[in-house]
Amino acid sequence: MAGMKAATSAATAETGATEPGTAETGATEPGTAEPARARRPRRAKRAYGGALVLFLAALYFVVPILASLWFTVDDPAKGFTLDAYAKGLTDEGMLSALGLSLRLGLATVALGLLLMVPTMVVVALRLPRLRRVVEVLCMVPLIVPPIALVAGVSTVLSWEQDLAATPFYRTFQLLQNKNFPLVLVLVYTVMSLPFLYRALDAGLRGIDLKTLVEASRSLGASRTGTLWRVVVPNLRSAVVSGAVLSLAMVLGEFTVATVLGFEPFSVWMVHVGEYEAQLSVAAAMLSLLITWGLLLLLTNLAGGRARNRRKTTA
Amino acid sequence: MTTTISAGDSTDTRAGVGLRLGGLRRAFGSTTALDGLDLDIAPGELVALLGPSGCGKTTALRIIAGFETADTGELLMGGEDVTGLPANKRDIGMVFQSYSLFPNMTAAENVAYGLRVRKASKAERAARAAELLELVGLPGRDKHYPHQLSGGQQQRVALARALAVSPRVLLLDEPLSALDAKVRLQLREEIRRLQLELGITTVFVTHDQEEALSMADRVAVMKDGRLEQCAPPNELYERPATPFVAEFVGTMNRLPGVVREGGTVEVLGRRLPVTTGQGAHPEAGRTVDVLLRPEGLQVHTGEQDGGEHATVRVATFLGSTTRLHLTTDSGAEAKADLPSWEAGSLTPGTRCTLTAHDNPVLVEERDNPVLAEKTAS
Ligand SMILES: Nc1ncnc2c1ncn2[C@@H]1O[C@H](COP(=O)(O)OP(=O)(O)OP(=O)(O)O)[C@@H](O)[C@H]1O
Ligand SMILES: [Mg+2]
Repeated sequence: MAGMKAATSAATAETGATEPGTAETGATEPGTAEPARARRPRRAKRAYGGALVLFLAALYFVVPILASLWFTVDDPAKGFTLDAYAKGLTDEGMLSALGLSLRLGLATVALGLLLMVPTMVVVALRLPRLRRVVEVLCMVPLIVPPIALVAGVSTVLSWEQDLAATPFYRTFQLLQNKNFPLVLVLVYTVMSLPFLYRALDAGLRGIDLKTLVEASRSLGASRTGTLWRVVVPNLRSAVVSGAVLSLAMVLGEFTVATVLGFEPFSVWMVHVGEYEAQLSVAAAMLSLLITWGLLLLLTNLAGGRARNRRKTTA
Repeated sequence: MTTTISAGDSTDTRAGVGLRLGGLRRAFGSTTALDGLDLDIAPGELVALLGPSGCGKTTALRIIAGFETADTGELLMGGEDVTGLPANKRDIGMVFQSYSLFPNMTAAENVAYGLRVRKASKAERAARAAELLELVGLPGRDKHYPHQLSGGQQQRVALARALAVSPRVLLLDEPLSALDAKVRLQLREEIRRLQLELGITTVFVTHDQEEALSMADRVAVMKDGRLEQCAPPNELYERPATPFVAEFVGTMNRLPGVVREGGTVEVLGRRLPVTTGQGAHPEAGRTVDVLLRPEGLQVHTGEQDGGEHATVRVATFLGSTTRLHLTTDSGAEAKADLPSWEAGSLTPGTRCTLTAHDNPVLVEERDNPVLAEKTAS
């Protein structure tokens, strides 16, 4: 269920990407559809009410998608056509932009998890007093607008010329490599901290971490072995939902990328939209499909045993 | 049974390692959890750590396991100093109070976890897991996940998991306290049976004295981070070393008495020998508390000589025995256990005479001098 919710939220973030301003708010919307579905079986009247809410919510999500779809396949001269899609699928710019976005997303998720899972486990086990501090630190990116964040980053990057004679110069160049801008991965990792924190925190609360770790240690497992064999598998659904949210955030992110002058998918789409609107929207449709596919894949990874378990602990 | 357990591994050579805790001290901030705990455990012995809440039982066990470090003191396992050894190198098996099975693994995978860590082959792991699940009475549950098992079954699997690696020492921290009474009783017997079969050195933490007395070779009673007494159950009950142990284990009456010459005390119209226990003998003439078990009291109907007169307040039928709550004419409260067939006529309100069996008793100086004067006069 959590996975589906994430998938819808990711989808809104993705469609929102055509209008960059709304991209960030997408994550909070789909919750409205949930309670309606849960309450439905109670009574007929309620069922109608629930169905109505569901219908309105569906309208809210489906209409823009259908409108976009119509826009991409309807040509005033030729009628129905798939030209826009054919063009998109062969367009160099689109493929490289989409590839970049996906690679950035995966790198961000990997770095974020590598950073957050051990940190949160250690804090939960050894430094419970630091829990609040970590929470506040991880929530800061939600308060700082991306535009402020990126202003700071570009200031630092502008020192590049002053550093020309030092070894840092190469680092700066590496950070801004057009093929794979590491600086974006770093900024996105910071921006994904709130998602990862929330998801992992919920996951850690759901298990008796201390006892599980001690049981594993007493049976001879090392610390890393314990993390890998016991902690991570039991946090799987938390890890996946954190990853899904972060990935969706990266795929729809516009502000930071555009200010720093890189062209991942969202930026490419806006640029193309200025002179080839149909292609831009077709690309959005394709990306929607790709994102959904990716999210379904990740959600399935979290499925199986994890889902069974949640049933009993809930 | 015994042959299947030790088949194909080093159970026989590993089990039965002696354990020595020497002067263990551990403070958490201003609270002293352990205040110089000394305890020697013989190979293959089951020692129960018993004591009131907060006396440091769990802390002691966690130090043995390696989850906690002592500030000072030594810990020897089979003569080897393991003080600096991390938990995963200590070769211990532990069963926790809370359910500790790995939720992502089946019962069999849980049991085989220690062997997987030790890089045993898949076939070996499966065989050992099946063997141990059978041993703890759960054959055929190998594919169940923890959430599909009852609390008692989960603790059985946890026990199997701890035993699967043939640990040198088995540590149990109130493993039965989350279970209902009947399962607790059953599992208690099974743990003891397995422990005896395997001959594994075991430390069992509990706050349930009945559990401790019924299972352990020796019971170590702790108080405020120290060992009060470590003795076999019957000795602990019959010859407690300190008044604390006497009152903590079983039920105990405190009745006023006067110390007489020759190491005796006068109580309930009798002169009884005083066991020294710990501490000095009180001087003759002092008023003391005499500690007497309910079954060490005699009750006769009617007011007779050679005892103290009393009134029955409450009579509680407990099956073969009946417990009487009495108030003596000098105002002391006493509990006496009588065979039920003798207690039939002693209904509440009955006047009777209370005396003591002629056994050695433990005495303690009264902490309240005012009260002492009142009863002495
Ligand atoms: N991690 C800790 N931090 C601070 N104080 C602790 C910690 N662990 C134990 N203590 C304190 O040390 C004392 C002994 O605790 P311990 O858990 O060993 O008692 P216990 O005998 O197991 O009690 P119980 O029967 O309630 O389980 C207690 O006063 C407890 O508050
Ligand atoms: Mg305890």
